Amino acid sequence: MHELLMSPPSWLHALIFFVAGAVLLAIVLGFVTYAILADRKVIGYMQLRIGPNRVGGRFGLLQTVADVLKLLMKEDTIPEKADKSLYVIAPAIAFIPAFAVLAVIPFSAHLQFADIGVGLLYYMSVSGITTIGILTGSWASNNKYALIGGMRAVAQMISYEIPLVMSVIGIILMTGSLNLVDIVMEQQQLAFFIMQPLGFIIFIISGIAELSRTPFDLPEAESELVAGYHTEYSGFRWAFFMLSEYVYMFGMAALTTVLFLGGWLPIPGLGFIPGVIWFSLKFMLVVFFLVWLRATFPRLRADQLMEFAWKVLLPAALANIFITAILKELI
Amino acid sequence: MIRTEEMLLNVGPQHPSTHGVFRIVIKIDGETIVEAKPVVGYLHRGTEKLAEDLEYTQIIPYTDRMDYLSAMTNNYVICHAVETMMGLALPERAEYLRVIVMELGRIASHLVWFGTYLLDIGAMSPFLYAFREREVIINLLNEISGGRLTFNYMRIGGVKWDAPEGWIDKVREFIPYMREQLSGYHDLVSGNEIFTTRVKGVGTYTKEDALSYSLSGANLRCTGVKWDLRKDEPYSIYDRFDFDVPVQQKGDAWSRYRCRMGEIEESLKILEQAVEQFPEGDFAKRPRVIKPPKGETYVRIESPRGEIGCYIASEGKKEPYRLKFRRPSFYNLQILPQLLKGANMANLVAILGAIDIVLGEVDG
Repeated sequence: MHELLMSPPSWLHALIFFVAGAVLLAIVLGFVTYAILADRKVIGYMQLRIGPNRVGGRFGLLQTVADVLKLLMKEDTIPEKADKSLYVIAPAIAFIPAFAVLAVIPFSAHLQFADIGVGLLYYMSVSGITTIGILTGSWASNNKYALIGGMRAVAQMISYEIPLVMSVIGIILMTGSLNLVDIVMEQQQLAFFIMQPLGFIIFIISGIAELSRTPFDLPEAESELVAGYHTEYSGFRWAFFMLSEYVYMFGMAALTTVLFLGGWLPIPGLGFIPGVIWFSLKFMLVVFFLVWLRATFPRLRADQLMEFAWKVLLPAALANIFITAILKELI
Repeated sequence: MIRTEEMLLNVGPQHPSTHGVFRIVIKIDGETIVEAKPVVGYLHRGTEKLAEDLEYTQIIPYTDRMDYLSAMTNNYVICHAVETMMGLALPERAEYLRVIVMELGRIASHLVWFGTYLLDIGAMSPFLYAFREREVIINLLNEISGGRLTFNYMRIGGVKWDAPEGWIDKVREFIPYMREQLSGYHDLVSGNEIFTTRVKGVGTYTKEDALSYSLSGANLRCTGVKWDLRKDEPYSIYDRFDFDVPVQQKGDAWSRYRCRMGEIEESLKILEQAVEQFPEGDFAKRPRVIKPPKGETYVRIESPRGEIGCYIASEGKKEPYRLKFRRPSFYNLQILPQLLKGANMANLVAILGAIDIVLGEVDG
């Protein structure tokens, strides 16, 4: 990949990049399709239900496909009083970064789209753009519920991005690099979730908050705000918002795997199983954890959420950096 | 200087957390509620007016549709009022059957409240767990009355059907099962830090407030007033049972939650004793002609939501001259604007949900 990027541009390169991009997109969409199904199935079983079981056999394997097709075919409605151009562009702003961040995730030692030096920083900063899309959408809908939902979403995402970034500084200190492959290779002896337990907990919590999933799903608190920032959205535009949410779930779970669970590295003694399988196992564990939380917890209140970010998570993250720095100096 | 202004937000009548078709117009300053105006009446069906043209027995199905989550207590209050006017004495078995179905209904009603309240707070699963237990109760009531929600089970002078064979045993089996599930609820919800921080200190009012707003049920008992008509003005055969009235002191949503969960346990105690003492005999002694003598009566009983009363003015005819229900949800709702004033927007559903209204009852 590196050589390709360095060589002079030609039509062949354009073709390779296009195909590679399309393949990644297909993989991610394929995952998202089944992540949604898994989400519904797992929650279903936890809640004494069966979940989707009609479309595509007993396990509802084609349920998501059917849902997306339905959304595609729905009438495209734009509220009369909405800011039309912003309303149309907002889902795209939210959606594109969700895919862009996946470029830097190393799925195995060789399977990575872009191996850039500041991979971690890239992820954090690009994922922040989605917030703009959400705010744009909520503002453009010209709906009070959407506006409140959008405001909450933005406040929440900005607040939680800080402890999220802070929590990984411990890892950066220990690795000495922002490159995700370097970070994985550093975990050959011991995964970072053992070496950085505090950082791991903070990362998981703020990661969930970034994803706006239960117990931090305030932006779309349906019991209060109907549907939050996408109240007015329907059809494919709404699907874009939901897809970006699920793609972020994919991204965040992958990032957690890379940063704390040792990426594609096997459990010692089981090295004969390929890295990609290890990656997906660890990754699915994280996804399952997220779904599990959603089935168990109630929702925090907006002010409690903010308090928690600034008064608990941020000091804890700072303490983690401090402790890591001292330990690194001593050992 | 930024110019700010209050925002007028219309919540309902088609809003997921208003528990039916309740509408509330709130003025918010940022996230703080400045003013709240409840608008009721979207489900008004004129039960009381309709009743004036109906014979007493024909009114009973209408009462099912008032507080549709505990239709049995509504059935009871109208029958009780007529029986009081006519001075009817019921067979023992009828009294026991009535108490058993009412207490089952009370548990079912509190389960729905528990589930939907948690849904308001943002937890999805407890709702489905609560409905699993409720389903058992509904099946029991279905077996005895033929209905799942609107039972139309009680008649003046007794009940419509006797308990089918083995029914009492099923109720007996249900009691330990429910106890076990209840402890599961406490594990999942009552100890949850997020839940307790959401409800503690939310929607607080004092004993004086509660009394001056004429609140009843758990809404009153959460402020420390030990008032339960089953204990203080025993009707039916409630004086034969040994049970407590759960009381809390703080007057917040958490206290109301504790009260209601405690009431489920107490109802189970009553059920346990009622099932043990269940007598043989007739299940009804229905009078041939139902014509209460000329005069007025007001009776009141303890419904899951509070004090439900029935006033009948009779002219000695088959139909009442005037019928009036004191519907506890309607009275309990009156304190809402006061509670919401100055509250955080996010507490709106937590406060509204804790009052436990049923719109069929609010609107009559």
